[in-house]
Amino acid sequence: MAEIFSIPSAALYGQLLLGFINGAFYATLSLGLAVIFGLLNIINFTHGAQYMMGAFVGWMLLTYLGIGYWPALVLAPLIVGAIGMVIERTMISRLYKLDHLYGLLLTFGLALIIEGLFRNGYGVSGLAYAIPPQLSGGVNLGFMFLPLYRGWVVVASLVVCLATWFIIEKTRLGAYLRAATENPTLVQAFGINVPLLVTLTYGFGVALAGFAGVLAAPIYAVNPMMGSNLIIVVFAVVVIGGMGSILGAIVTGFALGLIEGLTKVFYPEAAATVIFVIMALVLLVKPAGLFGKEG
Amino acid sequence: MSAKAEPVSADAILVDRPTRNKRLHMTVFLALAGLLLIAPSLFYPFFLMKLLCFALFASAFNLLLGYGGLLSFGHAAYFGMASYVSAHAAKVWDLSPELAILAGTTTAAALGLVFGALAIRRQGIYFAMVTLAFAQMTYFFALQAPFTGGEDGIQAVPQGYLFGFLDLSDTMTLYYVVAAIFLLGVLLIYRIVHSPFGQVLKAIRDNEPRAVSLGYRADHYKLAVFVLSATLAGLAGATKAIVVQLASLTDVYWGMSGEVVLMTLLGGMGTIFGPMVGAAIIITMQNYLASLGAWVTVVQGVVFVIAVLLFREGIVGVLSKWIKKPL
Repeated sequence: MAEIFSIPSAALYGQLLLGFINGAFYATLSLGLAVIFGLLNIINFTHGAQYMMGAFVGWMLLTYLGIGYWPALVLAPLIVGAIGMVIERTMISRLYKLDHLYGLLLTFGLALIIEGLFRNGYGVSGLAYAIPPQLSGGVNLGFMFLPLYRGWVVVASLVVCLATWFIIEKTRLGAYLRAATENPTLVQAFGINVPLLVTLTYGFGVALAGFAGVLAAPIYAVNPMMGSNLIIVVFAVVVIGGMGSILGAIVTGFALGLIEGLTKVFYPEAAATVIFVIMALVLLVKPAGLFGKEG
Repeated sequence: MSAKAEPVSADAILVDRPTRNKRLHMTVFLALAGLLLIAPSLFYPFFLMKLLCFALFASAFNLLLGYGGLLSFGHAAYFGMASYVSAHAAKVWDLSPELAILAGTTTAAALGLVFGALAIRRQGIYFAMVTLAFAQMTYFFALQAPFTGGEDGIQAVPQGYLFGFLDLSDTMTLYYVVAAIFLLGVLLIYRIVHSPFGQVLKAIRDNEPRAVSLGYRADHYKLAVFVLSATLAGLAGATKAIVVQLASLTDVYWGMSGEVVLMTLLGGMGTIFGPMVGAAIIITMQNYLASLGAWVTVVQGVVFVIAVLLFREGIVGVLSKWIKKPL
């Protein structure tokens, strides 16, 4: 068997793939956070809970209504996004005039409520969600075995991330959005319904989290706490990348996933903390983050 | 953090009469000391000791949030690590309780110095995220490091003899020691807040560019208050390990960081007595709702949301507005 630095290459590629998948989730989630932060100026602490809701809604659609994976991939983000919009309209929108930190506190409280409710309903052990039949099995790439579903997760999140980048940077709607980020009052004066734009943006960011949740459901067990630890890592990713750039969020997410995967191969003890260590280093060298603008 | 959001009202400025306020505060502190003396005959002392540890923890946190204007979302790191080191020192190194608590507190101070120096390089929301991320790193460290006992934690921590002669396994002795630590801790915080250092701190909180233009090095003040806050949070955690004879992962988990934010917010941030009231309410609530399991989290979340949406000044904040005197 081929070896690189005395590590079997199959193990190395396996961990790299896992890292790539984690990176896909980091990218999708930090992208959602960045989109929301751009317009609403709040850090959405509920993001992890909404990712978990995406997975649960997918599971519920299958278990209670018999709706399979593919429709769920569209329906679950829509449902989670709609719930998010209700939350934005009824609660978050009351805080825009206050210090941004209140938004963080409010969404933290909401995350506690959502996770507590799901923990009451479904326990903490985790529920299985089967890989859709079209994507079960895998292909042998010669140097490694690639389970089809894992390949699909990477491709699907890449496509969604790039589509988001395209919408925001290249379309008219995206132009409104960027303009409203710069100066909401002026954009409103031009006759654009900024509060609606804000609500839709929040819904979209949350839907991204829901989408990541459905993608994750067949890989990780669906359980109420699946989002809470992930979201803290994503916060570190966001600090490293800075929230100024959409592409920056995507690149940072994937890169950190890969680094984490590599750490798992070469120094497994540090795998859980490597991203936080990188965050500390970035804070020392470039406090605004790799792609950040503010000082 | 409320600087931009809620400008200081005219009457708040009018009532800033230092000597008269000081008399009021000293009266409250005396009443508090009296209450601490008679409390064990009214409540279960073990419950009271736990409450006092959390009240000190929340007060330490409030020093940073309420007076420094810095929202740390990772104070569990200092509380929890101090608790681990204190438990380890008492159990494995066989240190006396005062040295164990000192070891824990020093650890928290060192940790606060490192994390604080990095975290103050970012502001606002980023600061909160950075502190949270470092706390999570500490959690993973506690999960993996051999001396913390992983999921089991450090159990059966000996209470020993304070200064060699006060037997802390006697509940009442332990209670009065904890009460003394608590009182000294909050008096120290009161002293810090009302010192020239505290005045500059509040100036930086309210208008950082202006304070900088007056020649104050804002970063030094921020780091100093961060370390002070982490140290006192550590004191609370180290004491708690001796009281409950256990150091566990719960104390370093992000849930604990959130809890201390909630206590401070509910009681009233930027008030001296608010965090104690908040801690008392949350700990009492947890005590009564313990049988409800995961519903405790839901209730806490609901309290959080209500406090943020409708009750941002907190209980003591509202009270202080009522009597038109800072509390």
